[in-house]
Amino acid sequence: MSTKTSAATSTELQDIADRVIAQAGNGEQIEAYVSRGQQTDIRIYEGEVEHFVSAQSEGIGIRVINDGRTGFAYAGTLDEGAVASVLAEARDNVAFGTPDKWAGLAEPDGVAVIEQELWSDALAEYPTEAKIELAKELERLTRAADGRVRVDDSNYSDASGEAAVASTAGIRVSGRENGCFCSVGTLADDGDETQTGFGFAVGRSPHEFDLGKAASEAADRATRLLGATKPPSKKITVVFDPYVTAQFIGILSSALNGENVAKGRSLFANRLGETVASPLFTLIDDPTNPKAYTATDIDGEGLAARRNSLIEAGVLHGFVHSSYSARRAGTKSTGNAVRGGFKGTPGVGCLAMQLQPGSRSQAELISDVADGVLIQSVQGMHSGVNPISGDFSTGASGLLISNGQLGRPVREFTIASTLQRMLQDIVEIGGDVDWLPMRAAGVSLVIDDVTMSGA
Amino acid sequence: MIDQDVLERVLATALHSGGEFAEVYAEDKQSTTAGLDDGRVEQMTSGRDRGAGIRVVRGDTTGFAYTADLSETGLRAAAQAAGSAAAQGGGGTRTVGLTRQAPHQVNTIEIYPGTVGKATKVAMLQRADEAARSSGAAIAQVSAGYGDSRKRIIVANSDGLLAEDEQVRHNFRISVVANGDAGMQTGFESLGATIGFELFAANDIEELARTAARQAITKLRARPAPSGSVPVVIKAGSGGVLFHEACGHGLEADLIAKSSSVYRGKVGQQVASPLVTLVDDGTMAGEWGAIGIDDEGHPSQYNELIKDGVLTDYMWDHLRARKEGHAHSGNGRRQSYMHLPMVRMTNTYVLNGTEDPEDIIRDTQNGVYVAKLGGGSVNTASGDFVFGMTEAYLIENGEITEPLREGNLIGNGPQVLLDIEALGNDFAMGNPGTCGKDGQGVPVGDGQPTLRVKTMTIGGTAA
Repeated sequence: MSTKTSAATSTELQDIADRVIAQAGNGEQIEAYVSRGQQTDIRIYEGEVEHFVSAQSEGIGIRVINDGRTGFAYAGTLDEGAVASVLAEARDNVAFGTPDKWAGLAEPDGVAVIEQELWSDALAEYPTEAKIELAKELERLTRAADGRVRVDDSNYSDASGEAAVASTAGIRVSGRENGCFCSVGTLADDGDETQTGFGFAVGRSPHEFDLGKAASEAADRATRLLGATKPPSKKITVVFDPYVTAQFIGILSSALNGENVAKGRSLFANRLGETVASPLFTLIDDPTNPKAYTATDIDGEGLAARRNSLIEAGVLHGFVHSSYSARRAGTKSTGNAVRGGFKGTPGVGCLAMQLQPGSRSQAELISDVADGVLIQSVQGMHSGVNPISGDFSTGASGLLISNGQLGRPVREFTIASTLQRMLQDIVEIGGDVDWLPMRAAGVSLVIDDVTMSGA
Repeated sequence: MIDQDVLERVLATALHSGGEFAEVYAEDKQSTTAGLDDGRVEQMTSGRDRGAGIRVVRGDTTGFAYTADLSETGLRAAAQAAGSAAAQGGGGTRTVGLTRQAPHQVNTIEIYPGTVGKATKVAMLQRADEAARSSGAAIAQVSAGYGDSRKRIIVANSDGLLAEDEQVRHNFRISVVANGDAGMQTGFESLGATIGFELFAANDIEELARTAARQAITKLRARPAPSGSVPVVIKAGSGGVLFHEACGHGLEADLIAKSSSVYRGKVGQQVASPLVTLVDDGTMAGEWGAIGIDDEGHPSQYNELIKDGVLTDYMWDHLRARKEGHAHSGNGRRQSYMHLPMVRMTNTYVLNGTEDPEDIIRDTQNGVYVAKLGGGSVNTASGDFVFGMTEAYLIENGEITEPLREGNLIGNGPQVLLDIEALGNDFAMGNPGTCGKDGQGVPVGDGQPTLRVKTMTIGGTAA
């Protein structure tokens, strides 16, 4: 959500939210979140439009707190009668919550908002025909990149949304945001063998797309695994591609979440001030950096988003908080409330993580590795990594490294360790920062002593 | 929800710009969820989702639009948007006469969620919390969730089909954290069915909580899982996800059509061990993936996919069946009215074999016994898949011994199917699952008897 309001659109949503909270009774706290969105999804297959989706949605979520008990309800419509019954349902649900002395809404904290450019007129005005053309062009470029490559699908998507939140605690913000991306899925064949790849282009508007890069990456990802074999099982040094590091850092978000810490569900609980990682490891969450794909100016409760230091030179420095987790921990919100839309209440999460980069290129990092593997993709991060126990095991594919040289491609193996050990075993961080369309920026990362399981 | 004559006019509007096929899918869903964490019922949530998705097919192009406005004006606006999305210009007038299909009832609902008090639902959470916490001093944290939903759907298309269904689901989940000298471990159990609140009369929530607690406590003394390729025995009802990932997705006709499945062109060929007969069954009453009709209005079916190891057929949705002149299989599903339907599984399972499960373990000299699998994923083109072992043990000299820490299992689908060398006679269905494909989640079930795979790669750290 952005504070860059548009008088033409956001007033209506703000009015709906205002009208809801005006009905608060004595001792009753109410928060109303109202949103409306539009999306376009275009899929091209073999030069033709396979599907074209054009749709609008809207909804409201209402949270009511009374005597420390919370109730919530939502509806996917802004119809006046529906809004009234959502409020009635949320109030009815209050009685079934357990009193919680920390329950409550965020209060304005005076932290100044650092405005971000979250709305692009160039995207809003971009013609439909040209969007179709972009996806067709991406398919053509990808096919042309390598003769062994087939295109599974080529896609263009954009979304725009506006939202308003109002609460009896004095929060009142609204804003709008839009964004777009193109993606392509590839297949590469060699005899009986088929491998897959993907590529993407993102931008505030289609004018920022680099379709050529998306096409060549998609072709490369699929073809580089042709002929890959299963490696032997052994302890090894891994070099993570920036795209893999971003996923690895993303897992730490759960352990740095102040609510998980308070509830004893984090491997970092009770470790503030202790050394939890190699001295090379400095991690921040900074949604105010405009280079971050997930840059934002307002968090899910309507407080200013801000820069927070999480781990400094290996020492655990802080956690991220919403107003609820902050009250429990006896501290202040760090502006890290996250909300997945009108269907839920805010939780806690990192918004835009970044690892402090080193100075060398990936090739230079690899040149120092005697026996290792460059991990280009991982499979099963959601099923084989437990951010509570720290157990880490994931399927992977990539290239073997021998005496500083890249070797043959390998697939169908796993890499395993624990998150605790991997953080300590970091050997070097690259200088090749990549602002990926994810909640964490990517950078090459070298980790020692990881178990590779294959044949 | 919507009158028949309105549906007929909306379909005519959708076809106005020259489409060959049009469809209206409307749903009205009411849901309740309640979550307990850290000893407190944090919040009860009531939700209402109501709307319609309209698609128009012209040639190989599908136009799709959706709306939360179920009035005739709202529906016709969406129909127009979908029609012009499918084709610019064109024209022509077609009228549609709908024939209401006989109801195809698969699931029986005794107690509707709306007739049960919210206090009764919340009380189950507290009982589960107490049962888990009283399972041992090591239990440090418990969270539990209750959910119910009642969804009415109506599907009408320009072939004249008009069908309706009601889907009522109840589910419960519990996660537990145990704290020991060597750190924390977790346990998880869930329960879900496409039936009414009577689900909780037939199943003991407190026992479910104690099972989750035992899992976490047992893992506190777990040793690192082995690294490398070993024989794997999978307990009945805990490994259906293996077939869902290893071959289920690869048998979806949309992936076959694009040659992005390793099973393309293999009908009639031996693709699995002769022990394996695999079905996808939307009619399995009460199961998490059971449906009366699919989300394109076709009755659910029992579909045999692999018979004695030989591939018999794929799964189909309307578009693919229409294009290839194949019969519908009742596998056209979507997450909600905001999504296009595609080929999806329902309840996918392997039929019983003949062996005593005890013998299967005894005949395994050294290996790993998986008592519970977590989530997984597959690359349908290469066949490579992974999934997490959330409860596993070592097998040493034919006996189950030490518990193992969590790790991923990895394999290649076609290879693993051929490597199934023992199949038990103790078939069981597994936990309710949510299958994700192309960004959409739908409820699915899976099941299998105890079985042994000759060799799979375990992603542990022990030599």
